[in-house]
Amino acid sequence: MAEIATVGVAGSGTMGAGIALVAARAGFRTIVLDQSRDTLDRARRQSEGFLQRSVERGRLKAGEVERILGDTVSTTRIEDMAPCDIVIEAVFEDLAVKHAVFAKLDAVCGPHALFASNTSTLSITEIAAGSGREDRFVGMHFCLPAPLMKLVEMSPGLKTSDHSFDAAWRFCEAMGQRPVKTKDRPGFILNALLVPFNNDAIRLVETGVAEPADIDRAVQRGLGYPMGPLALIDLVGLDTQLLLCEALHGRTNDPRAACPPLVRRMIAAGYLGRKTGQGFYRYERDAMFGG
Amino acid sequence: MLIERGGSRSFPAPHPLLDAARDHASIALLIGEDAGAALAGIDAPGRMAAILIELGTECLAVHAGEGAANILGFARFRLGDDPPSDLVELVRQGATSASSLAAAQAFLDAAGLSVALCNDIAGRIIDRLVRPYFNAALTKLDEGLATAADLDLTVRLGLGYPTGPIALLERSGLAHHFDVSAALLAAYGEPAYAPARRARVAKERKLRGKD
Repeated sequence: MAEIATVGVAGSGTMGAGIALVAARAGFRTIVLDQSRDTLDRARRQSEGFLQRSVERGRLKAGEVERILGDTVSTTRIEDMAPCDIVIEAVFEDLAVKHAVFAKLDAVCGPHALFASNTSTLSITEIAAGSGREDRFVGMHFCLPAPLMKLVEMSPGLKTSDHSFDAAWRFCEAMGQRPVKTKDRPGFILNALLVPFNNDAIRLVETGVAEPADIDRAVQRGLGYPMGPLALIDLVGLDTQLLLCEALHGRTNDPRAACPPLVRRMIAAGYLGRKTGQGFYRYERDAMFGG
Repeated sequence: MLIERGGSRSFPAPHPLLDAARDHASIALLIGEDAGAALAGIDAPGRMAAILIELGTECLAVHAGEGAANILGFARFRLGDDPPSDLVELVRQGATSASSLAAAQAFLDAAGLSVALCNDIAGRIIDRLVRPYFNAALTKLDEGLATAADLDLTVRLGLGYPTGPIALLERSGLAHHFDVSAALLAAYGEPAYAPARRARVAKERKLRGKD
């Protein structure tokens, strides 16, 4: 397999845009695909803003911004993905949607091209089964926010060839990321451990054992975690926690992965976390990390 | 008032809180593995602003019943053989008076400890959260989900945890994790508390004098 020079990213939501930024920052020519031009334009503006802030903080040379943005092309046409040596999919977490995207990509990309999915909960083998190239398919689960987080959980599907997995692994390292190898299991490592842990914390609130602030303080001061579980859930969103629970519990039947009823009640009340100003805590303004 | 009954997991070494308790007229601090038994030795316990009993995995009600207004439980969180953290889980009951709670909280705060308040349940807050998490991590390691190093690296890089679960348990003691987890399994009967295989092995090796 030839060296990877051109990277495709399918989907330009928060995750896709972040992955594209990681690839372009590392020097890869990057093509971002989305069916919405507005979404692509918004992603480009957000990427430009992130890069400018990186320059202001001394983490990036000023001249690099132009180079990175110049190396990044956005498109709504699937045919423009033809030159890609690898395509990382970051679209909606729905197996049928992912199959449809990969089927189109398979028709236009060269036979050498690797396909990767950024899924956090679906099976790599099941997604690969609808990709047309099961032997050249890997799981590459980035963490939010991708431009800041080095971790990538990499999983081979049942039919992934060693050659393909090794090539994807080297590519991941070439992007400056830190891959860890996991089996193709629901939630891989991070979500398999974190989602039930967070649910347990929610259940302590639900059953009146302690207030959110006391639970978070206990975890932070007792275990040295940088953030308590309830503040973290507020950050990622109660609606996201519900989706993660449904995906994980639906595949594992692990009682700890089942969504606590309190989450559904909070969502019904509009308490989604930071983004609505109210979750387990109240927020004065819509602020992200460190806000 | 300070009463020590056996070794204390919360205070295995001198601490400003112990010094403060010795000279305190209205706070009684009962520490040690038999701390609850010391309650019977306090004359006129009702005159104290607050009586604090060190707990293991048991409920405060085991020592104080369900209706005491001025008796609270506490435990300074400590993982296995690691030194105690500065986090104290302070246990109240439905009958706990606001004034006793405030007195206990102020007493702990003054000694530089961080307080998390919770109701009287076995395992309180942290053990209720971390024991299932540790058991899951150990089981996933056995199932070959990833290497121990990659499991630990994932939570350190992905969540910012200072140490991964496997390294943390190996450092602090798998046998101790077995003890706490088994106690919570007995209390709740939930499979998530069932000690993972590696914890069972560690406990058995310890009992056989192999570790």
